[in-house]
Amino acid sequence: MMILESLRRQPAHGYALVQHIQQRSKNILQVEEGSLYPALQRLLKGKMVKAEWTVSSTTNRRVRVYQITKSGLQHLEQEMSSFDRMLEGIQMVLGPARRASSN
Amino acid sequence: MRWLERIFRGSHLDEELAEEVQEHIEERTEQIMRLENLSRDEARQIALRAFGNPTLVKTRSREVWEWQRLDALAADFKLVARRLSRSPGFAASVLLTLSIGIGANTAVFSVVNSVLLKPLPYPQPDRLVTLSLQAPGAAGLASFRDGLLLSPSMYLTFAEHNRAFESLGVWSAGTANLTGIGQPKEVHVITVSNGLLETLAVPALAGRWLNADDQKPNASKSVMIGYGFWQRQFGGQRSVIGKTIRLDTQSWQIVGIMPRGFRVVDSEFDILRPSPASFDPHHQIMEGFAWNGVGRLKDGVSIRQADADISSLIPVWMDSWSDGPNSNSHFFDAWRIAGSLKPLKQQVVGGIGGVLWLVMGTIGMVMLIVCTNVANLLLVRADSRQQELAVRAALGAGRGRIARELIFESLALGVVGGVGGIAVAYAALRCLSSVGPVNLPRLSEISLSPESLGFTAGLAVFSGLFFGSIVSLKYSHIAPGAGLRVSSRTASAGRDRHRSQNVLVVAQVAMALVLLVCAGLMMRSFAVLLNTEPGFADAEHLQTMRVAILPSIASDAVAVTRMQNEIADKLAQLPGVSSVGYAADVPMDGFEPNWNSIFVQGRDPWGAKSTLPMRLFNYTSPRYFSTMGSRMIAGREFTWDDVYNQRPVVILSENLARELFGSAGAAVGKQITYFEPMPWHQIIGVVEDARHNGVDAPAPACVYWPTMSANLYGPEPLDAVRGVTFVARSQRAGSQSLTQEMQQAVWQVNGDLPVSGLRNMHEIESRSLERISFTLTMIGIAAAMALALGVIGIYGVISYTVSQRMREMGIRIALGAQKSQLRWMFVRTALQLTGVGLIIGFGVAAGVVQLMRSLLFGVRPLDPLSFGVMTIVLMMAAVLASYLPASRVARINPADVLKAE
Repeated sequence: MMILESLRRQPAHGYALVQHIQQRSKNILQVEEGSLYPALQRLLKGKMVKAEWTVSSTTNRRVRVYQITKSGLQHLEQEMSSFDRMLEGIQMVLGPARRASSN
Repeated sequence: MRWLERIFRGSHLDEELAEEVQEHIEERTEQIMRLENLSRDEARQIALRAFGNPTLVKTRSREVWEWQRLDALAADFKLVARRLSRSPGFAASVLLTLSIGIGANTAVFSVVNSVLLKPLPYPQPDRLVTLSLQAPGAAGLASFRDGLLLSPSMYLTFAEHNRAFESLGVWSAGTANLTGIGQPKEVHVITVSNGLLETLAVPALAGRWLNADDQKPNASKSVMIGYGFWQRQFGGQRSVIGKTIRLDTQSWQIVGIMPRGFRVVDSEFDILRPSPASFDPHHQIMEGFAWNGVGRLKDGVSIRQADADISSLIPVWMDSWSDGPNSNSHFFDAWRIAGSLKPLKQQVVGGIGGVLWLVMGTIGMVMLIVCTNVANLLLVRADSRQQELAVRAALGAGRGRIARELIFESLALGVVGGVGGIAVAYAALRCLSSVGPVNLPRLSEISLSPESLGFTAGLAVFSGLFFGSIVSLKYSHIAPGAGLRVSSRTASAGRDRHRSQNVLVVAQVAMALVLLVCAGLMMRSFAVLLNTEPGFADAEHLQTMRVAILPSIASDAVAVTRMQNEIADKLAQLPGVSSVGYAADVPMDGFEPNWNSIFVQGRDPWGAKSTLPMRLFNYTSPRYFSTMGSRMIAGREFTWDDVYNQRPVVILSENLARELFGSAGAAVGKQITYFEPMPWHQIIGVVEDARHNGVDAPAPACVYWPTMSANLYGPEPLDAVRGVTFVARSQRAGSQSLTQEMQQAVWQVNGDLPVSGLRNMHEIESRSLERISFTLTMIGIAAAMALALGVIGIYGVISYTVSQRMREMGIRIALGAQKSQLRWMFVRTALQLTGVGLIIGFGVAAGVVQLMRSLLFGVRPLDPLSFGVMTIVLMMAAVLASYLPASRVARINPADVLKAE
């Protein structure tokens, strides 16, 4: 979901994606960078992203740039809304209790 | 097909991933170098730590795409392929054996499927029946292959009054002379009644069916033509409809074309024509039992009900028609006619069914031997891998994993063998349809159908599982300890290691004996048939030719006879021709003969009998018997004087003369006749019996009349047989030049005479042997394969035992054992196995041969010679197959063997 959200903002290659997610989460999410790739392959298989080899303009390297597809966007929206609802639910359960205990 | 694409994309995917991961780490390293001023190596370490395990990442990424099981299978397959390619000799022999075995089975199955299993090519074929009748009271007629055929008056009765049939019709095959298109030629014509096409229910390709109007007495003459005739004669042009053709000097208009592959029951034809004269209800007599009937049952009516329906119509038939005033149509009560309907398919397939199932059975048995042989080879291989398997088991490979691999190897062999088998079967079928027996019904329908391919696939998988499971049962549960210990170097082979191999060899020997005995019996039958006197001699040097003289060419009987005489003289003048004669029918050429009963002067023909036996009537020319090489047992042949002077003379076959007068000599001079107004005919000669219906059928009692005789039916005083077969005896028989000269000789007499049936008598004779020679060939091939496989099996086992016991032999020799003794030890083992196999085989064979009783001729099923000879053959094969490997013992140098250890 995070990958899709990042790609929605702009297409990127693997390394850039890692950078982007780490920056956005302000390094709270410390995951092995490598774990990104199986996830990307799953998205490729599900046709939610597509990939293309290009030469990066900044580093002059051959990179594989991933781009979100239409079905990826749809999927992202669905996931986001259900995630929001879940988060809401969790907060509704945890929220008052925490408030109660802190009082 | 995405999964397929994925498999092929596999390696590409790997490269992409590797590059991507590589680039990632590089980029990270450079960034760290830039930001933290570290050396490349240090930076790389940090980058790798952050990334995680690259190999694992790549594997995980790949797994996303994989169909794991398939990949595991592919890996197994690769493993099998690699292992087999390392022992090409083994792989080749197994695959070759399997290909031949599976191919032979597929080919035979294709034949069985096309001939016996596939429904006939008519709509709802299971409702079609042949309208055959039984007539136990009409001796002679009832011995016909098809029971009693229908007369037109019967057909009219059945068509009008039946309650069991949706429709029914009758047909009769014959020939006619086609003139006006190129050279005059004889064409195959099927005359049909109304209702026949409706019964078979195959629509016309173009134009229309013959209909009820075409059968009316003064209808315009319409015909339909067959697909082959249409293509050959008219190049497949549709405009042919409406054209007229001349058949037997009459003009007929083509009104329709039947589609490709359409046959009337089992008969090919050029022309289908109606016969208003035959089915005119105003001019009918009882007789004329020459029509084949076909009926389409109403839905839900069984054959038994239809049988009863037909039987109940026989009295109606006798009440409805008569042979004229003063005749008693209930005379036929004595014939005890009743319905004897059979499914149409049974008539088409005929007697070939039993033969084909027998062949299928023998080929199936060969397949079993093939499987046991392959199992044996695999056992030997698995044995040499025992140590490897034991190590794998010790390292934790489950029983299932090892079994799976062993079975997979067998399955792979089976499948590849199956693919080879399809190629073998294809070749075999091509070969069969080009040289196959002409009398194999539905030959043109035989093909590698989807059913056959399904059968091949099933057989391949089944055989793979069969020998695979034998091997894996034995080796998958190997206990690591035992496995490692047994194959330790110092022990000799244990008894139980060879038990399963021995069982397989015994089974092979038993099956081989069964097949050999079957082949032996067939060979004996064939030999008996070849030695049977057919009633003529030296068939290779007899050339036949059929000529029919139409009324338009020669109107009266004397002119016909003179023309035939002239043709015979012209033929006799051809170079190399020593003698010429002619007859209405020559033996075994398949023409429907004429049958009737005869009376002997001075005897009460009826006596105690209610019916008279039927005799085969044939009509022969002077010099016919001497040309054919038939011996005159007594008396003489006809002369031209007899013929032209209308002397009432007749010749009998030897068996008939003996039956009526006790001996051939006693018959000469006696008088016979067959019909009231016909004068008494004097018997002037007795000729040896001729096997008219084939070498394997008994010779019928025969009466030979001159070809010209008093006309008992029509207004003309004399009648002559117009369609006759000429026979010429010549060293050049069968050659193109002779047949051309013979045709020219006929056309010198009259250019419009149609000529056909130019055949070598030997060809006609061997055609009657076709069924048995076909069976013999098939079983012979199967038995030869079985024997070869059996020998290979014994050889393999003994050879393997010898190699396993080399060490022991070395020690024995070192201790002073005689080499010949050791050799005998191995041969004895082989003979013991063979002996057990023979005993079992004897039992099975004794049962199996009872099934082929109907195929045997002049030999009992439990023929001691066949059994004895085949036993000796197998024993000798066993000795040979074991002696060769056993003699390796003789070459053992004990010092070498012990040193090698």
